[in-house]
Amino acid sequence: MSAARRPRVAVVVFPGSNCDRDAMAAVEVAGGEAVPVWHASHDLGGCAAVILPGGFSYGDYLRAGAMAAHSPVMQAVRHHAADGGTVLGICNGFQILLEVGLLPGAMLMNRSLRFICRDVFLRVERTDVPMLGQLRKEKVLRLPIAHKEGNWFADPEVVDWLENQGAVALRYCDGDGHSGEGANPNGALNDVAGLVNAAGNVLGMMPHPERRVGSLLGGSDGLAIIRGLVEVA
Amino acid sequence: MLVEVRVQLKKEVLDPQGEAIRRVLTGLGFAEVSRVRVGKLMLLEVEGGDAESVRARVEAAARDLLSNPVIEDFEVRVP
Repeated sequence: MSAARRPRVAVVVFPGSNCDRDAMAAVEVAGGEAVPVWHASHDLGGCAAVILPGGFSYGDYLRAGAMAAHSPVMQAVRHHAADGGTVLGICNGFQILLEVGLLPGAMLMNRSLRFICRDVFLRVERTDVPMLGQLRKEKVLRLPIAHKEGNWFADPEVVDWLENQGAVALRYCDGDGHSGEGANPNGALNDVAGLVNAAGNVLGMMPHPERRVGSLLGGSDGLAIIRGLVEVA
Repeated sequence: MLVEVRVQLKKEVLDPQGEAIRRVLTGLGFAEVSRVRVGKLMLLEVEGGDAESVRARVEAAARDLLSNPVIEDFEVRVP
């Protein structure tokens, strides 16, 4: 990282995004320069990393993330990912990555049918990918979730294949790091809280790391992930 | 012409919304309802007279956007 120039991270703004400012602030806290990129843009402003933030892009019409997946900027995100560029999708951003096919599976409505807004615990399963490289394996993070469609689903054979690939990067657990029925807030198969692609450059997660980047926000368990992203940018 | 697109969760996908509706129906005395599945009905007004090509186009739209093949099946009904 050059001292003179901060790493630039694009934060995509869709109509209906509502965590874009939080994501931009988190990038700045982590030492990067946040660059807002409008959904109608055809490029990512030359940034080496991009965040798809949380919110309700296009009002969550049809399916969460379905409309955003077809916006012009997603073509640029697709090319960026194919070229090895770093992509972090948070909450609605994760839903968009599933809809666009950069990560596998789909989101169903939470098992409880309720919008859930509370802290959860998640266990770090992969530390060999850049965005999670600053964390210790098995580390338990406490981060907030805020979603109604976070019940990750895929066909059983796809789930098995993903488990063999180690694609489950983050898994819901209790405060001691144990997974189990009571620790899974939404019914996601295999307690999936976050997935990473085979190349390790695309990460999607339902919990919000950008909302925990300092004690004023109730903790900094999310900072290592944002910093990991900034440092590859 | 008016084309119907019905989108439904696949059979093997749990539908907690349908199950919640079924429970309330049972509570209301509709105990004979043993299963409820909730889907979407979309009505597309499509220009063009040839039913076969309209169907092909709407099926493509259903695959590309209107349904998610991971969790949903769709059915196109052309008049």
